[in-house]
Amino acid sequence: MLQPTSEADLAALIAGRTAPLQIQGGGTRDVGTPQKGEVLSSAAISGIVDYEPGALTLVVKAGTPLSEVSATLAKEGQRLAFEPADWRALLGTSGEPTVGGMVAANISGPRRVAVGACRDFLLGVRFVDGRGRILKNGGRVMKNVTGYDLVKLMAGSWGSLGVLTEASFKVLAKPATEVTLVKSGLSAADGVTALTAALGTPFDVTGAAWINGEARVRIEGLPGSVAYRRDALAKTLGAGWEAVADDTSAALWQEVRDVTPFTTREGAVWRVSVKPTDGPKLLAALGEEKNALLDWGGGLVWLCLPETAEASTRLRMAIAPLGGHATLIRGSEALRAEVPVFQPEPAPVAAITAAIRREFDPNAIFNPGIMG
Amino acid sequence: MQMPEPNANVLARKAEIVARLREVLPKSAVIDDPAETRAYECDALSAYRCAPLCAVLPANTAEVAAALKVCHAMGVPVVPRGAGTSLAGGSMPTADAVILGVARMNDVLEVDYANRFIRVQSGRTNLSVTGAVETDGFFYAPDPSSQLACAIAGNVAMNSGGAHCLKYGVTTNNLLGVTMVTMDGSILEIGGAHLDAGGLDLLGVICGSEGQLGVVTEATLRILPKPEGARPVLMGFDANEVAGACVSAIIKAGVLPVAIEFMDRPCIRATEAFAKAGYPDCEALLIVEVEGSEAEIAEQLGLILEIARTFNPVELREAADEDQAKRIWLGRKSAFGAMGQINDYMCLDGTIPVSQLPYVLRRISEMSKDFGLDVGNVFHAGDGNMHPLILYNANKPGDLELCERFGAEILKLCVEVGGCLTGEHGVGIEKRDLMTVQFAPDDLDIQMRIKDVFDPKWLLNAAKVFPLAASEPRRAA
Ligand SMILES: Cc1cc2nc3c(=O)[nH]c(=O)nc-3n(C[C@H](O)[C@H](O)[C@H](O)COP(=O)(O)OP(=O)(O)OC[C@H]3O[C@@H](n4cnc5c(N)ncnc54)[C@H](O)[C@@H]3O)c2cc1C
Repeated sequence: MLQPTSEADLAALIAGRTAPLQIQGGGTRDVGTPQKGEVLSSAAISGIVDYEPGALTLVVKAGTPLSEVSATLAKEGQRLAFEPADWRALLGTSGEPTVGGMVAANISGPRRVAVGACRDFLLGVRFVDGRGRILKNGGRVMKNVTGYDLVKLMAGSWGSLGVLTEASFKVLAKPATEVTLVKSGLSAADGVTALTAALGTPFDVTGAAWINGEARVRIEGLPGSVAYRRDALAKTLGAGWEAVADDTSAALWQEVRDVTPFTTREGAVWRVSVKPTDGPKLLAALGEEKNALLDWGGGLVWLCLPETAEASTRLRMAIAPLGGHATLIRGSEALRAEVPVFQPEPAPVAAITAAIRREFDPNAIFNPGIMG
Repeated sequence: MQMPEPNANVLARKAEIVARLREVLPKSAVIDDPAETRAYECDALSAYRCAPLCAVLPANTAEVAAALKVCHAMGVPVVPRGAGTSLAGGSMPTADAVILGVARMNDVLEVDYANRFIRVQSGRTNLSVTGAVETDGFFYAPDPSSQLACAIAGNVAMNSGGAHCLKYGVTTNNLLGVTMVTMDGSILEIGGAHLDAGGLDLLGVICGSEGQLGVVTEATLRILPKPEGARPVLMGFDANEVAGACVSAIIKAGVLPVAIEFMDRPCIRATEAFAKAGYPDCEALLIVEVEGSEAEIAEQLGLILEIARTFNPVELREAADEDQAKRIWLGRKSAFGAMGQINDYMCLDGTIPVSQLPYVLRRISEMSKDFGLDVGNVFHAGDGNMHPLILYNANKPGDLELCERFGAEILKLCVEVGGCLTGEHGVGIEKRDLMTVQFAPDDLDIQMRIKDVFDPKWLLNAAKVFPLAASEPRRAA
């Protein structure tokens, strides 16, 4: 395994290289078309570069463990508001999730529906491209439209455009308290109807999920405000909702975030993004309501399906008329080699995507073909 | 401002080009009478002007594609235009360019409250997007001060912000999808009503690409339920440093105001003389706004006022009613107008780390003395996006150039302290030649490679964003 300890060493290692590399952070998110290249880990390029709690900004090296970032922020009562998921239990991996891996996968959790994804909080990046050049884009300030926004392009590019060495983020204060309203015994359709009603209120809902037949709606903030919105939401939602607070509430969202119900189940795990009200429609079309959970008000569909190409085809055909995309998050190497792990793009978009990859990585050394 | 020499071959073929465009577009959509094309010679950076070859005003995506195909085939440069309110010269044409204006494309295509989005043609103005949904209790969050006039097309191209982006984010955080036509006339659908990209996040690159990658014809935008209420407080301080420290303290405390606006003494005085909002005569003034129900507002303001008091404000004014709230905002909202009343001014837009606020303000006032030009500062303090307004006299020879040199020094200072050249107005022609202050040649090269992909012939708004020397080989190719 190659494990450079500085950005400069990394750049030297890449310059002139033509053999493929398998780019890793903590190696906890083994997703995508299986890779055969030598492993290149960014884990040793690690450390917090700059943290200004009063400006809500954080700059960290890519190999920094997420746990270190969370602990540092927590000391100041702050956090990464996009709620990055921990997929170790789901994927059966071990090791430490890193900032670079989180960015490369654009990992976000339940709060994404309200505040945005990892890409929305990412202010700047440094990375090494396929020519071995050290490049930067964005910065460490909250508002920046200087030149093209390659920051968002790097988020979710799964190591296929460059090796991240540094990332800066907007962070937010942890609210004083949280409450979740819960109602069980709901079908996906009834659950999403309730979630839609909740998200249509001005009460700043920061989580809206349907899991194991239970609808969950989260609010966060100052105690008085949360109490007010809890009562107002309960009125909107009608009878049968129970409120749980703080740690109990947080545990409910960790379960949604980390897709806990699927950690103990066999099968391929798919992550699908559709228009929220299409969530239940997709489940109905597939007849897979029992094997699903919904987040983002219905717009994020987690499915546990048979580990077959046939199930993949069936899923993609069901999504086609709705619009949206599906990614195979957990699947055997054989399945991932056989079916497209990421949503196939229409030809004109695919041509642009491929051309961008050639510009960033002319020798196709970074996780070649990982996104299809 | 240096612009590339117009392509003589294109100028010579004007009649032929106009005729070809008339073949594919309705008659009224092609404008070549010099008296009429004059309307497109500049945007809000009005010191620089150039009439275009002609202008086309298509009505839909298909017509945009038809016009671009003609221009592409004939090698004619194109400059996309929304409402022409860019402060960076983004929509200023060159003499050999066709202006492609989307002003006639202003339909609402779809409103979906359950899924909280609206799809519009890109020529629709920012404010009329909110206008289409507000009776049903929704709004479109990004609110540039130009929102009455500016179009979603320009907002997407510039990734525009507004006073409330501290809480709601800027355009890119509220944009779900676009229909875009590339220079060769291909129609791309990127994103949609769902969240996040299934592959590379092309939407993220398109937003903020200043009309250089394609012409955006339709946009899917996130809409939000309107908050129950909002209320501002006004705070006066006797030093910029103290006001700056107070901003940090509020941000850190865990209340997230929707807006924190900052004005310094020169700006307070000018607006007071103009708008008579009743502002205190002090060194620095903050307007902090929070949202929610009555009780929630009281809770948040209680906390904010408690923090503010520890900084010994010379004034703390809470709006007791709607009327007082309006008066608090009145001065801020008329600040640009007030400064314009005194003089011609240039509005800068650099961003700095919030902690550098006091230092940067001090340096600006020192430089103001050196250059002999007055500056007022009014800006979004919560996110460090500064808007120094440099006053100059357009009728005095050399004053504009002096003002530009001063502006460049301020922007270099922003970069030096860890910030950037532009927080929301974009690079355009205005900051094009300063890009090398913020970016190394390779950083610019990788950006230009993105343009190579979308527009290999560099026909679309090519004289913008990148220093002319840097883009020369590509434009000449
Ligand atoms: C008084 C005033 C106040 C302002 N306040 C703010 C503010 O608070 N926040 C802020 O961010 N900005 C502000 N601005 C700047 C300006 O309003 C924004 O940049 C706005 O988004 C420009 O929109 P427009 O439709 O006028 O675009 P234009 O000026 O027409 O064009 C701007 C850019 O967009 C490109 N473009 C236009 N249409 C398309 C299209 N269909 N496809 C692709 N590219 C296209 C153009 O080529 C150009 O590069 C202000 C301007 C003024 C005059």
